Amino acid sequence: MIVRILGEGQLEIPDSAVDELNELDRALEQAVEGNNEAAFGPALAALLAKLREVGSPARADDLRPSELIIPQPDATIAEVRKMLTDGGLIPG
Amino acid sequence: MVAPMGVMKRVTMVFRAKANKALDRLEDPRETLDYSYQTQLELLQKVRRGVADVATSRKRLELQVNQLNQQATKLDRQARDSLAAGREDLAREALTRKAQVQTQLDGLQTQYVSLQGEEEKLTQASQRLQAKVDAFRTRKETIKATYTAAEAQTRINEAFTGISEEMSDVGMAIQRAEDKTAQMQARASAIGELMDSGALEDMVSGPRDDIQDELDRMRAGGGVDRELEQMKREIAQSAPRQIEGTSPNGASAEASAEPVIEAEPEIEQADAREPE
Repeated sequence: MIVRILGEGQLEIPDSAVDELNELDRALEQAVEGNNEAAFGPALAALLAKLREVGSPARADDLRPSELIIPQPDATIAEVRKMLTDGGLIPG
Repeated sequence: MVAPMGVMKRVTMVFRAKANKALDRLEDPRETLDYSYQTQLELLQKVRRGVADVATSRKRLELQVNQLNQQATKLDRQARDSLAAGREDLAREALTRKAQVQTQLDGLQTQYVSLQGEEEKLTQASQRLQAKVDAFRTRKETIKATYTAAEAQTRINEAFTGISEEMSDVGMAIQRAEDKTAQMQARASAIGELMDSGALEDMVSGPRDDIQDELDRMRAGGGVDRELEQMKREIAQSAPRQIEGTSPNGASAEASAEPVIEAEPEIEQADAREPE
């Protein structure tokens, strides 16, 4: 399936990696929901590291939308919360 | 409270919602393909301009950082000059200011390097968007030629959502880069103002006068003292002869004329040296 890292483009991810990614994503979500700054950074970094480890760049001319989208590597917890609550970070 | 589904899924839904809103505005999908493509080309132009603007701001920031570096170097030189002039208090003041400026500058330079990285990513993102828009152009011709309106709908939705996602991503990245650039410019200006106003002095117990003013005054004062000394020496040398020449006994008219003529050019030379 296709996963997008914001600011970096899309990756092709083998389905076999999805469970592990979901596990890491749950940790990230807990940090965001609990507004836990200390846990947020490492959780985001761990998820990104796993994505990069298992993924390979998708073709730039691939028109398929991503099944999953992950915030940019230097995202703050406040940015992610804003993105999730009102989509206010998406211009246009 | 949203049921747990992971951050990635939720972010994706936000992007999809935006694409769907735009899709809803399209009526017969086949007829609007060309219109959609035109809009994409316009957005692509906007993205390119955005990337170029970030590059311009980044270059302006580079100039600002360079100027601040020069000012830090100047403070270093002022410290040396102060020390050479025996003013350790002034030298300490200059070095204290330099240390404060340097800390700010180091932070700014780290940010600058990360901004360069972001600019590179933006360029790549704009190239990916270009590739997708090109792919969309090809796809829309295929769709128009091959599918019925009903079949076309699904294909168009997918391509459209894919493009929309890429547009949103690059748009957000440009916004972040612009924000970061603006913050850094404000920071650079603040450091510059601090150095110009001498407000940093308030943080240390030191002379209130600006270091350069003080050095200039000392230098100017030294110059006046030197010139005064030189003038005194010249006057001392020519004085006996002048007294001789102007002596009321008028013993020798020839002897009295010469030293006066001799003395005048020397005074002029001393005048000429003044601006040194």
